[in-house]
Amino acid sequence: MSNKMNDEKTYLFDNPRNVSRLLLGFYIICGGLFVADFVVHRHMVHPWEGFPGFYAIYGFVACVLLVVIAKEMRKVLMREEGYYDVKEEDYDLDE
Amino acid sequence: MIWTSSLPPFIPFFIAALLMLITRGHLRNVILLATPVLGGLHLWLDVQPFVPMVASDALITAKELSYQKSIFNYQLEFMRVDKLSLLFGYLFHIASFISIIYALHVRDTTQQVASLFYAGSALGAVFAGDLITLFIFWEGLALSSVFLIWARRTEQAIKTGTRYLVFQVMSGVLLLAGALIHYHQTGSTDFNFIGIESTAGWLILIAFGIKAAFPFLHSWLTEGYPEGTPTGTVFLSAFTTKVAVYALARGYPGTDLLVYVGAAMTCFPIFYAVIENDLRRVLAYSMINQVGFMVCGIGIGTALALNGAVAHAFNDVIFKGLLFMSMGAVLYRVGNINGSDLGGLYKSMPKTAMLCIVGAASISAFPLFSGFVSKSMVMAAMLQEGHNYLWLMLLFASAGVFHHAGIKIPYFAFFHHDSGIRVKEAPTNMLVAMSISAVLCVFIGTQPQYLYALLPWKVEYWPYDMTHVLAQLQILFFSALAFVWLNKQGLYPPELRSVNIDVEWTYRKLIPATARASYNLSQRFNCAVIDVVQQSWQGFQSAFRASRLSQYHLASSWPTGSMVLWIGVILGGYLLMDIYF
Repeated sequence: MSNKMNDEKTYLFDNPRNVSRLLLGFYIICGGLFVADFVVHRHMVHPWEGFPGFYAIYGFVACVLLVVIAKEMRKVLMREEGYYDVKEEDYDLDE
Repeated sequence: MIWTSSLPPFIPFFIAALLMLITRGHLRNVILLATPVLGGLHLWLDVQPFVPMVASDALITAKELSYQKSIFNYQLEFMRVDKLSLLFGYLFHIASFISIIYALHVRDTTQQVASLFYAGSALGAVFAGDLITLFIFWEGLALSSVFLIWARRTEQAIKTGTRYLVFQVMSGVLLLAGALIHYHQTGSTDFNFIGIESTAGWLILIAFGIKAAFPFLHSWLTEGYPEGTPTGTVFLSAFTTKVAVYALARGYPGTDLLVYVGAAMTCFPIFYAVIENDLRRVLAYSMINQVGFMVCGIGIGTALALNGAVAHAFNDVIFKGLLFMSMGAVLYRVGNINGSDLGGLYKSMPKTAMLCIVGAASISAFPLFSGFVSKSMVMAAMLQEGHNYLWLMLLFASAGVFHHAGIKIPYFAFFHHDSGIRVKEAPTNMLVAMSISAVLCVFIGTQPQYLYALLPWKVEYWPYDMTHVLAQLQILFFSALAFVWLNKQGLYPPELRSVNIDVEWTYRKLIPATARASYNLSQRFNCAVIDVVQQSWQGFQSAFRASRLSQYHLASSWPTGSMVLWIGVILGGYLLMDIYF
């Protein structure tokens, strides 16, 4: 496979600079959106929405919580591949 | 001609399914493609609902157009036309057209027949005017769809398909039982508002709930869909759950319970989706999450919420189909769909990657994509009705959707680290099908007025205003920021070759193990009892032989004749005693 890799052209994200450019652009948009809360006049349906940066903070915290909890769930839920493939005798009490 | 305007839309599909058996090659492809096109045009041009639906909590239906057939003196109503059934009718024609293009390279009569019967049954179900007709097509959905799983022809697929079928048939049996009780109580089998005031209502709700993948009844979906063939799963994703959403919208609008059930459905699958390795199973979980939004909308029951629910069903079929198509294309080319083994595929499948991103943006409800214009209706209705905490749950789920379906799916399949896999781009027919879906996603997202015009209830709504767009962009971008941050910190859970236990564990592990354990236990008990009886019998025998009684001549051998004689003597003795004393 490595020979094949050498023959290939370099793709867009093979160059780390392109990745960091993309991320930089992304960070700038995030910052802009956060600041927009203080600039744009918003009409609110619910008082919680009035809290500056409510949606931004909620989105960030929700996703971090989601991933952290899901990781903890792995400890309980995760089994090796083929967990269900066991033959009937494998959980026979007599064996 | 009068009969053409009321031709039930399932009939062309069923005829085409039968024609599959006697045609092959190009002719077969032409029939496949023509069926949804002509059927859809017929529905669009010839069939009109006569009475517009009234914006109220309960449905008022129009039955001006009807096509009835009687069997055993029972009237089956095949063609109940109103804006609700028409919307799903259009949707299913579009979905089957796209899925058929996607599957055009498949040379497997089983799958082609099954998918046409499946699409036809879905159409039959949404135009069914009474519960018995609904039941017939409900079972038709079950029996035809399972072949799209079995068609993979692996041992695992056959077993999974069988479990899937058990769930589906169970749903049908509950529906029939509920329908019969409903008929007994009300004297009618008309399929209109049902509600949960009666036993029949509950039975039918559970029947619908199985097909809508309510929590604890959902494992047929997360087990079955990832086992389907690459093309079969695209069909599967379009019909079963959406027929259930239609049925719920018809029978249970404004049922409070559904708001809570729906909110649970939006939240619990996203945790599973984050840690799941099989990317088609990630999509299956994400499908439960999306159906959750629809169930919430139906539970709220206001015109806005119901419109949001059915509009979201419409969009979901298209964008979830697009995502399943892109993953199916990867599975078709690579032969594997585990996140742990993929990565860097944008190099060899750039078009599929781009189309997948359009689907991801739509399901994440990015402004200008289709998910945004329908999900926001449910969210707005939630707030209007004062369900503040449930609204927060839905908001959490929205962020979560973006996380697993919007970022995880394209990222782990097409980007991430380069897995070194080099394959060909997806076949042309797959790319065409995905492109049609992608165009629809963007078209509906930017021009929602055309979809809104088709919605059953009259209500003014426009999703694009500054506040709303800004809020949605904030929540999405900061969710993405969380993903970037977690990845940079190394906190993001890696894709691992694994399975995660879910409800199916109870019937694949717990119940078999319990049954086996109790069988073994009873076997041991049986042996122990036999031992005790045998030993004490032997002990008695040896004690008897040692005693002087064994010397008595009757004890030496026990011929049957003498036994009978002595019994005769004893009975005779009793008789004498009875006579004389």
